[in-house]
Formats: sequence, C-alpha cells, structure tokens
Amino acid sequence: MMKKVYINSVGSISSQKTFDNDEFLNDIINYHTTNISVVNPNYKEYLDAGSARRMAKGIKMGVVASKIAMDEAGVESVDAVITGTGMGCVIDSEKFVSRLIDNNEEYLTPTSFIQSTHNTVGGQIALGIQCKGYNFTYVHSSSSFESALIDAKLQLTLDEASTILVGGIDELGPHMIQVHGLIKHIKQEKTIDNLAILNSGTEGAVFSEGANFFVLSNGKENTCYAELVDVEILNTLSKERLEQQVRSFLNQNKMTINDVDVIVLGNNGDVSFDEYYSVLTNGLFKNTQHTAYKHLSGEFKTVSSFGFWLGAKMLKTQSIPQIVKLNDNAPKAIKNVLIYNQYRGENHTFVMLRTC
Amino acid sequence: MSDLKEELKGKIIEQLNLEDLTVTEIADDEVLFGDGLGLDSIDALELIVMLDKDYGIKLADPKEGKAIFESVNSMAAYIEANRK
Repeated sequence: MMKKVYINSVGSISSQKTFDNDEFLNDIINYHTTNISVVNPNYKEYLDAGSARRMAKGIKMGVVASKIAMDEAGVESVDAVITGTGMGCVIDSEKFVSRLIDNNEEYLTPTSFIQSTHNTVGGQIALGIQCKGYNFTYVHSSSSFESALIDAKLQLTLDEASTILVGGIDELGPHMIQVHGLIKHIKQEKTIDNLAILNSGTEGAVFSEGANFFVLSNGKENTCYAELVDVEILNTLSKERLEQQVRSFLNQNKMTINDVDVIVLGNNGDVSFDEYYSVLTNGLFKNTQHTAYKHLSGEFKTVSSFGFWLGAKMLKTQSIPQIVKLNDNAPKAIKNVLIYNQYRGENHTFVMLRTC
Repeated sequence: MSDLKEELKGKIIEQLNLEDLTVTEIADDEVLFGDGLGLDSIDALELIVMLDKDYGIKLADPKEGKAIFESVNSMAAYIEANRK
C-alpha cells in the first residue's frame, strides 16, 4: 500500500529571521541591495568550534537548518539525507580556483578544495548525526530542491524509508555576484527597495542565499505541518502550455482549480519572466489567494525550498502573513497549497501541499 | 625571534580558521597537534604550504614535519635556520 508523506518539521535560514520556528515572518527586514545574505543564527549554539572552523557559510547554514528541523521533529537520526543545491559550496570553489590562478598553480591548500564539492553539506549533516544511510545530493539548477523532494517522496511512499531529512541549500559568493551582474541576471539598479521589487518592471533578480530543511516521514507526528501530496518538474514549458500543465497536475491528484486555496508564486520581479505567473493569476487562479516570497528571500537556485517552507507554515498556522499576499482573496480555511516556481523560464516546478 | 613567533601565531589562527583563539592564547611551547591545540593532518598540509609560500622553505622530508610543527617555538627555530 502506498503511504502518505508528511512534513513533520522545518528548519529555515534565510534573509529573514526564519530560524525561530515559533515565529512566522513577524518582523520583516527590508534590504536596499541587489545581493543579500542570510540572517545568521548563533552558529555556536549548534556547532562546536572544532567542527565549525572548516565549515564555509553554506555548510554551517545547511547543518544548522537541518539541526533545527530535527530538533523540532524530535528525532536524533534519519534513514536518509537528501539535499538539493544549485551551486554547492560555491564560496570554497571560488576560493580554490582563485588561489589556483593567483599562485600560478602552486601553493594549493586542501581545505577549500575538500569543502568545495556539491555534496559537502549532505556529507557534513550525515557525519554530524552519524547517519550511514542513503545520502544523495541533487544538482539540477533551479529544480534541485524538487528533485530531492521527488526522491524522498518515492522512498517514503513505497516505505523504503520512514524518516528522511530533505533540504535545499545555496550560498552566495563574491565571484558569483560579479559574473551574474555582468550578464545582467542580477538587477542593475543602483538603489533598490527589496519589498517593492515584484513591481520593479526591470530585468534581473535580487540574488541571495539560504538553507531550508525538512523532516519528511510516512508517519504523521504531532509536529506535522502538512502532507506532501505531489511534486512535478518540467525543464521546459511554454507560457501557452502552462495552464494545460496545471490542469493536468491537478487532474492526476483528483483536484480542480477550486480545491486550491492558496497559490505560492515564484515571482522575483524580473519583468521578462514573471509573465509566467501572470498567466496563472490572470487566468485559472484569478479568484484564488495569490502569495509570493522572493521580495523577502531574494533569488537562488533552491529558493523554492523557502516557498515550500512558506506553504507548510501557512498550512500549519492557518494564517497568511500580510507581507506575502498579492491579492485579497482570502480562503475560509487553507486546505490545499500549490507552489509554482520557475527561473528564467526554465525548470518549472509544481508542489502540492495539503493540511494534515 | 619573538616577532616571528607572534607572526606565526597570527598566521596559524588565520589560515586554520581558529577564530575563537587570539595570539595571546597560544603559548610558545604549546603542543600544536593532538592534545594541545588539536590540529590534525589537514592542518599539517596547510602549515607545509605556508612554510613554502611565506618563508620559501620546502619540506623535503615529511618525516621532519613532526618535530618542526611540534610548537610555535620549534616552527620559529626551523624558519630562522632555513628561511631564504
């Protein structure tokens, strides 16, 4: 028998103060820059100095976000650790390659090289909790997190595992900011108000970083946030076919448009690609509650894990923070949340969450 | 010599990310590896590269490393005797 999959806990480190699970976007930070960093928790509360000293920022973020999620779920270990990352430990990669060039291929030190692989975060999490089970890292650009979700969901549904730690993690490095600025994937404005970027009318996005981890299980615990109903990824999808695709996704879950109480959209204020979201908000979901989050979190390859966090929190708390609302079609109750994301017109992901 | 020791302590803290330590907290004769400062084999590689890059000393025989990297005192003495 196929088992249901539940989100039993969350751990989020983002550009907002989201690492405290008792809060839900209570105090909003507005930024005035096109590249933003996370609000760091006190890492020393979670990591001893010895193990933390070689960890780059992304590793610390991922390990601590996973600890927050595991603490909330009340579990000390899991059957598997599945991580999604678009760029991996890019800061150490940048450091290593820069030294390679600056020192004329001499004097190469091992630490940044060791830490620069994409699966370092998943490995460090497993080392920390002594999990010798399945450990996999998906590096599929902006569908990396959803790839990890699909893997976890398959294993839990088929009862090959009962508890899995799943997360998305990406860090922002100086070289990345430089090159993405040059190709204008980062907004070019000199002054910017991040809370207003969704209506900027300009090209590019505000770049950022973050780590969002979740304990998924095929057993529902008291801490349960939501049921993970379905996940789908389409690498390419035209605007013309988007509504048809959404109908098909809903059909395969025996749902209609009216069953969706809230849609979580990945608008990032890039005028060239936000039109995808407009197709849905002006069409099928015209009368649905629209929400968005990238004016709070910024954009990174696994930022949809923040959208996933938002959807799960809304379902658990049965509330929608005013700051994420794009319209006022408030539902009477939040039963089903559809999360849709794409980046620059590629890697379209659909996730359906349901109240548990 | 004491300037070199202070310099070495600063470099050790910076290169090995010992951000919780200050120069004054590392004694000249404190054992760097094992029970002392708790450095490990990856740190040893970092220190070997540092000797080469910053002081022009190539460690030809890795077996020498154990004695050279025993403490800041031994490192400073080796650098003084071999720097180019």
